[in-house]
Amino acid sequence: MSDTTLPSLKPSPRRATSPLRSRALRARVSHALAVLFGVSLLTFLVAHATGDPVTLLLPANAPEATRIALAHHLGLDQPLPVQYGLFLLHALQGDFGRSFLYGQPVAPLVLQTLPATLELAAAAFCIALLVGLPLGVLSASRGGVASAALQLLSMLGLAMPAFWLGLMLVLVFAVQLHLLPVDSSGGVSHLVLPALTLSLLSLARISRLVRSGMQEILDRDFIRTARARGLPEWRVVWVHGLRNVLVPVVTMAGMELGDLLSSAVVVEVVFAWPGIGRLSVEALGARDFPLLQGTVFIAGLGFVLINLLADILCARIDPRIASGATSSGSIAP
Amino acid sequence: MSRLSSSPRISSGLGVAGAALLAVAVLVALAAPLIAPWPPMQIDLRARFTPPAWEAHGVLRHLLGTDNLGRDIASRIVWGARISLGVGVAASLLGAAIGGTLGLCAGYFGRGVDAAISWLIDVQLAFPFTLFALFLLAVFGGGPGPVVVVLALATWVNYARVVRAQVMALRGQDFILAARAVGVPSGRILLRYLLPAVAPAMVVVGSFSAAQAILTQAALSFLGVGVDPSSPSWGAMLDLGRSYILSAWWMATFPGVTIALVVLGANLLGDWLREWLDPLAVSRR
Amino acid sequence: MSTHLVDVSGLDVRFGATHAVRDFSLAVAQGESVGLVGESGSGKSAALLALLGLHPEARVQVSARTLRVGGTDLLSATGPQLRDLRGGVAGLIFQDPLAALNPLLTVGAQVSEVLRRHRRLPARAARQEAAALLALVGITDAQARLGHYPHEFSGGMRQRVMIATALAGQPRLLLADEPTTALDVSVQSEIVRLILRLRAERGMGLLWVTHDLALMAGIVDRVVVMYAGRVMETAPVDALYGRPRHPYTQTLLASLPRLDRPHRPRAALPAEATAPGHGAQTGCPFAPRCPRRFSACDTLPPLFTDGATQAACWLLA
Repeated sequence: MSDTTLPSLKPSPRRATSPLRSRALRARVSHALAVLFGVSLLTFLVAHATGDPVTLLLPANAPEATRIALAHHLGLDQPLPVQYGLFLLHALQGDFGRSFLYGQPVAPLVLQTLPATLELAAAAFCIALLVGLPLGVLSASRGGVASAALQLLSMLGLAMPAFWLGLMLVLVFAVQLHLLPVDSSGGVSHLVLPALTLSLLSLARISRLVRSGMQEILDRDFIRTARARGLPEWRVVWVHGLRNVLVPVVTMAGMELGDLLSSAVVVEVVFAWPGIGRLSVEALGARDFPLLQGTVFIAGLGFVLINLLADILCARIDPRIASGATSSGSIAP
Repeated sequence: MSRLSSSPRISSGLGVAGAALLAVAVLVALAAPLIAPWPPMQIDLRARFTPPAWEAHGVLRHLLGTDNLGRDIASRIVWGARISLGVGVAASLLGAAIGGTLGLCAGYFGRGVDAAISWLIDVQLAFPFTLFALFLLAVFGGGPGPVVVVLALATWVNYARVVRAQVMALRGQDFILAARAVGVPSGRILLRYLLPAVAPAMVVVGSFSAAQAILTQAALSFLGVGVDPSSPSWGAMLDLGRSYILSAWWMATFPGVTIALVVLGANLLGDWLREWLDPLAVSRR
Repeated sequence: MSTHLVDVSGLDVRFGATHAVRDFSLAVAQGESVGLVGESGSGKSAALLALLGLHPEARVQVSARTLRVGGTDLLSATGPQLRDLRGGVAGLIFQDPLAALNPLLTVGAQVSEVLRRHRRLPARAARQEAAALLALVGITDAQARLGHYPHEFSGGMRQRVMIATALAGQPRLLLADEPTTALDVSVQSEIVRLILRLRAERGMGLLWVTHDLALMAGIVDRVVVMYAGRVMETAPVDALYGRPRHPYTQTLLASLPRLDRPHRPRAALPAEATAPGHGAQTGCPFAPRCPRRFSACDTLPPLFTDGATQAACWLLA
């Protein structure tokens, strides 16, 4: 059988209108900027509600003149919009103030711990995608008992609190079976349990989305056409079918990555993983508002950028998006 | 040839099972004083770390064992249902009020209103929610009230997106156009025409949102910004159990199983409702 | 071994409770062109799909006494044999090219994959051949168009692409399922002419499924008329138009507008009493709407032969 000699179909070289320059993309970028503006505004307003930083920064018996001087130095005697403008200006320069807890600028602190979180989230993301995608495709194309079992498993995955699952995994694999290390001191094996824990929810969601998407796509006319061309079933499912499910999957994967960053907070606490989650819990304990604010803002920034990338990727997968044609191929979860 | 026989994705049996799980949880919460063998806060240091009844050294009086202060796990789970379900449902309802209103307005008025509300939705979604919730609760303090409000921030987006999409689809239909043509005021169209039409979808979203709120609440309790660390909420029990995971596994295991079951029930019910109440929501979320 | 391209007898197709095709028989000789005509729901498309084994096994039950296409016995064919048949022996053209072409693969890719599968061409050669095929079906600037996606073509051009993919495997039989119905009237005749030209050039057999009896004149050699899943009449096209034997065919022809007698009132079929696809058929399925029914119609008529015509009507007995 020479089926395997068929290489995958590559999209042909791009024509005149590259999707990177299209109007649709400019719209996405300005949308991302608008969202970032909202993120910064909201973070600023919440932080503003923490009260007067001067009373937090200075001892209670500091003289009035010192208070006024510090308030002036921090720009706190300015009207609110001006203060926001200053906040934005500083944020653009990477200045999110100083952490009370560490006495250091916030940005480097967050950026030091960010790689650990990204490592964890990326590992979990890969597991979710590499396992969830095939699982979803198989259960849609094969059906039957396997499909029902997967569905029940994914329902369980959606229902279990991630941190609790983490505890149970520790209990079983590290404590009972002594298979894997519990702590987070480097090495791939230390990544396994936290990444597995973190991935399960996304894995369940991605496989469900792929499954329902594939179920719909496999009923489409062009799938029957592909079969009528005598193509092998794997090619019908994995090339003709999967490609049409990828757009909603990539869109959701972008959201998932954001969710992973969010869930990573609890998983990091369970596994004592030195990422931004643990940093922000420490900040919470010390009521270190600048640090919390900086963490939240930087995480929001990351989320917006990731989703912008996902949008660009979608436009590459589905040329109808880039050209602004109606996307009849898009399906909802 | 399109789909010839649409096989339901979830059998009604699973949906009923989900509803039953939830019903049991609600009954347990309501009847907590009658069911719980012990007061949830009763400390008995002599009985601390009693394992579940079927383990060696377990006793039938403490079916699921006791915690580090000798409090009965089963009783705390029963009483915890009140807090966990109450907060989850309250957050889901508050989210429904906010998200439903904004979704109706965005879908009906369109243009600037829609742009502004869609922007709000996207901004909300841009925050990694757990971090954002930590930040908010750190600033505004803990307690049931703020926790419900913060959880409602997590759920309103679900309602707003679904309601907005449905209203947009309904807006151009004849019965709305006819109402507008004879001069029915916008407020009345929203409340009397559109709200009933989107209500089934909101019930579906409500089921999922309650599940989400219960999970998130547990996570926040786990991080120490929950309702009240000493009250018997499932999340707080998990947090406590984590410290003793190596010596008293039952402390964290049973609250976690409880959460998983309730959330599973809500999700199953939601899937089932989605298929039976509202085929629209499946295709346009 | 049958010399016919298509040799079907006793074909039944069921979608659960719906019995779409009943005891269907059809023979298409090498190079012959046959029209399969029926109203929507008459089972004509279901019969066509069964010829390539394209019904999903899980939802559709297909059975037959004989079901051979191009020498392949579909009742016993293995997966690879079936796939050699599809696209290799028989090329299929669908009604709606927008739905039938994969929206996310370039047309070049979709033509090439057939060339690579059935003619074992390497990538580069397949691409060259794909361009040649697109040019053959009348797409200008074919080389550049290879990289375009289906949504970038007009409806008529999309159907040309569809035809190119159907031809790519050099089939001996072309199956066309209402290939012009979804198109603008202005391009319908172009597509008809294109298919006829290609058929003549390549000596292919043709099975053309349509609801439009008038279209068949001048296109096919022979017409098979279906009603409620059954063959009502099969006849050479001239005989069918000149002297239709079955009352159903007569009613169909009478309902056509005629240029030579524009003011003649058109006959109309009485409304259907029951959906033809459901339930057991004990009598002639057309009897409830038949202007000429009589007592014998309570029994299912077999196909009676009258010259080159066969018709399932007791009037011919």
